[in-house]
Amino acid sequence: MASPWLGQQSLGSAAVAMNNKGFRRGSFQSSTSDEDMVEIAGGALDFSITDDDPPLDREMLGGFSLYNGGGMNGTSQMMDFLEEPLPGVGTYEDFNTIDWVREKSRDRDRHREIASKSKESTWALIHSVSDAFSGWLLMLLIGLLAGSLAGLIDISAHWMTDLKEGLCLSGFWFNHEHCCWNSNETTFEDRDKCPEWESWSQLIIGHGEGAFAYILNYFMYVLWALVFSLLAVLLVRGFAPYACGSGIPEIKTILSGFIIRGYLGKWTLIIKTVTLVLAVSSGLSLGKEGPLVHVACCCGNILCHLFTKYRKNEAKRREVLSAAAAAGVSVAFGAPIGGVLFSLEEVSYYFPLKTLWRSFFAALVAAFTLRSINPFGNSRLVLFYVEFHTPWHLLELVPFILLGIFGGLWGSFFIRSNIAWCRRRKTTKLGKYPVLEVLVVTAITAVLAFPNEYTRMSTSELISELFNDCGLLDFSKLCEYVNDFNSTTGDDLPDRAAGPGVYTAMWQLALALILKVFITIFTFGMKVPSGLFIPSMAVGAIVGRLLGVGMEQLAYYHHDWTIFSGWCSQGADCITPGLYAMVGAAACLGGVTRMTVSLVVIMFELTGGLEYIVPLMAAAMTSKWVADAIGREGIYDAHIRLNGYPFLEAKEEFSHKTLAMDVMKPRRNDPVLTVLTQDSMTVEDVEAIINETTYSGYPVVVSRESQRLVGFVLRRDLIISIENARKKQDGIVSTSVIYFTDHSPPLPPSSPSMLKLRSILDLSPFTVTDQTPMEIVVDIFRKLGLRQCLVTHNGKLLGIITKKDVLKHIAQMANQDPDSILFN
Amino acid sequence: MYSVVIAQAPGMLTQHSWENMKILWLVVVAWCVLAPPAQASKSSEDIRCKCICPPYRNISGHIYKKNVSQKDCNCLHVVEPMPVPGNDVEAYCLLCECKYEERSTTTIKIIIIIYLSVVGALLLYMAFLMLVDPLIRKPDAYTQPLHNEEENEEARSLAAAPAPTGARANTVLERVEGAQQRWKRQVQEQRKTVFDRHKMLS
Repeated sequence: MASPWLGQQSLGSAAVAMNNKGFRRGSFQSSTSDEDMVEIAGGALDFSITDDDPPLDREMLGGFSLYNGGGMNGTSQMMDFLEEPLPGVGTYEDFNTIDWVREKSRDRDRHREIASKSKESTWALIHSVSDAFSGWLLMLLIGLLAGSLAGLIDISAHWMTDLKEGLCLSGFWFNHEHCCWNSNETTFEDRDKCPEWESWSQLIIGHGEGAFAYILNYFMYVLWALVFSLLAVLLVRGFAPYACGSGIPEIKTILSGFIIRGYLGKWTLIIKTVTLVLAVSSGLSLGKEGPLVHVACCCGNILCHLFTKYRKNEAKRREVLSAAAAAGVSVAFGAPIGGVLFSLEEVSYYFPLKTLWRSFFAALVAAFTLRSINPFGNSRLVLFYVEFHTPWHLLELVPFILLGIFGGLWGSFFIRSNIAWCRRRKTTKLGKYPVLEVLVVTAITAVLAFPNEYTRMSTSELISELFNDCGLLDFSKLCEYVNDFNSTTGDDLPDRAAGPGVYTAMWQLALALILKVFITIFTFGMKVPSGLFIPSMAVGAIVGRLLGVGMEQLAYYHHDWTIFSGWCSQGADCITPGLYAMVGAAACLGGVTRMTVSLVVIMFELTGGLEYIVPLMAAAMTSKWVADAIGREGIYDAHIRLNGYPFLEAKEEFSHKTLAMDVMKPRRNDPVLTVLTQDSMTVEDVEAIINETTYSGYPVVVSRESQRLVGFVLRRDLIISIENARKKQDGIVSTSVIYFTDHSPPLPPSSPSMLKLRSILDLSPFTVTDQTPMEIVVDIFRKLGLRQCLVTHNGKLLGIITKKDVLKHIAQMANQDPDSILFN
Repeated sequence: MYSVVIAQAPGMLTQHSWENMKILWLVVVAWCVLAPPAQASKSSEDIRCKCICPPYRNISGHIYKKNVSQKDCNCLHVVEPMPVPGNDVEAYCLLCECKYEERSTTTIKIIIIIYLSVVGALLLYMAFLMLVDPLIRKPDAYTQPLHNEEENEEARSLAAAPAPTGARANTVLERVEGAQQRWKRQVQEQRKTVFDRHKMLS
């Protein structure tokens, strides 16, 4: 009789290895059938008779027959108070790593339970249907919320940016553009001037001309910038310190399975939304895209609380957060597909197909919501949407690749200097004055930005102007070409000679480039919400435009050169400077973030021109090559490493020939591994171990002598359970014996009642042998998302490898300081 | 009606219908927020047809704006008075670009007012916490651990883990007070992590 059960167990332990203890009964109920057991009985028999210790298998047998109503329940007086899991058991402490395997198996158990119950009653059926549906409903809600918040941010940021320059008299809530929306007094030359919009000098001294008016406007501009940034940094400091920065490095870390409590909470959401508007409108060299991803993830996390399925399971919640990140990029760039790909390529750690479809849906809903709010009044989702379809020539790939090289160089330069500056801020006294730092940088930015009209305008507007292809309809300095109306036929505009306006614009843009390049290094990482997509794109767009105009003039004056002959004859429209700006923007963004696919998709969704995919791809690829050759990390990975977050990079190969025994704890000179025994330790002993050590989990063995592994128990679960038992369970005193087996061990009748903690024991901890190569161990950690892995030798427990140990080992192998990994 | 159902349903279902109710409420609220801009009748100042006409021969460029429906949004309807004689109209209009645009002034107004009131409320609350709160409240327990933070940090994080709800709050006010204290502690913790120890986000 015994052998089939044993057989079931020993093979079952592999099959059910993913099953967490807490839901064991449910899984057994559905998976056990007699045929299976008979089939596998013979092969597995020898497992049970190899050792002197009573095999673990019997407990399983006991548990099962108990369930079936069989005898063997001699311990019936023991209260099974842990039938219902305690609140808190199975949760994690702040700054801890989650165990993906455990979370996923818990979700599967839950699902199985619901599925098996659904046949019992109509209510249960409805419950199971709504449970299956809840993921999509959650996506809908996330999309709606993220889209609405993005609309709010767009509209208010636009308004506040213009507030630095003046005020609308026909309604203070209008920005400059909407103020002049219906005015009939706008002219072709000054198309943004109308009597309703008054600059501060007009409001204060009554006229807008002259040196004094200029100084007054200058002063008001700087003053408003300082006020906005001061408010932003004070709100961040006062209410939600986690709201600063771009948030993408932290979200990457969280998605890889780390707990940062409060990082995606209500207050962070409110403060990040509010201060993002302030930071963007203060004219600092930062963008709203990265923070919008954080905002969308906050929405996702908060909305998760509405559904039990996601509230209680950290792995499921991370699937939702991946989708929310997609929704965030979707509204930030008006690029839904780009958002999904961004989540896949850059942010997410675990991205199954189901999440892909959910992200797709969330991105769709978010984009739709934002579109229906119509924040820019142009029926587009972004300010710098452009639409042009002029063809490009194969030879132009050369300047595009040059732009790619520049993008890569700039990207690695930016990463190096920004990281150096951030390290300085982290370690020196500079970090003691966050408010002052923000104010100083804002003051410098505003003072230098105002005189140059290309830095005075918001960065989005600048990018929009740089992307724009000059037509006859445009009247700006950048489009001041020498027009020859005789040759003009309709829309087809040939290359023209640059007028004086273009030359002025060129050196102004060059100055703007210098300012942007340097000030962005100091801005990114300050204690206000700050993204770097927009500044990087601006740098690239300026360089691209400069190069584009240069090429255009070269082709215009030297169309007889052999390289231009054939495709750029006189009077032909062959070079589009706007396209160069676009390619440059993509190259710089690619150099900083090291994105490729998602970047190109975002760019062509922005521009609506499928014919520019090849130039964009060429630039993105070159820029990634160049940047990777100089420094291998993107900006987000560099920040992750700077802060020492426990992020196990899935992209890099581990290629050192070390073994698991070289990495595991305890090391050779260390004291032996702290273990619990399954049925001989008292509450006192366990509490002493908990107090003496700081490990977050303990292996449970059969006995100290044999060191045969039973399972793994987490410190937090242990603390909560013991505390709870002392409070609520009668007769639990310091000398009570704790046992993890199914049956209480035989003890003299005079001893105090015992504490059964089997329900918090993880019976299927992951083990490797001590001779396993580290490359396999690293792969296991990456692919399964393990938190710890036990090391055995000849079947006996030898040590433990945690994610932190793996990270430290990788850092050590890469000649970095292994102690930089701060959190475990 | 709902409450009757809830009272009769067994435990798991009760929780579930609560969830459904919450979701329902959320959808209703979201609809209320989103619906007005969509339904708001397009007032005259919310639509325009804007035609930009570039310089042509000796006529300088000009911008025309008019309140016409989308199908009438073309150069012939909007450009008035026509600056060129009849036979040139076609050539002139070919150069012009007309765009029909919509906006919602109500949405803009509501959003700006919401935003300003949120900022105002936050600033008021911050001022309250910084100026008034220390006056009406004597220095109490929760500020104490700040001074000797480093030593007993571990102990505190352990103690805080199972959410100290020993003294059950009776009144709503006390519960709000408790929540506020918890929140303050959290912010303090975050501030230490980010601003003082520079462990994160630097």
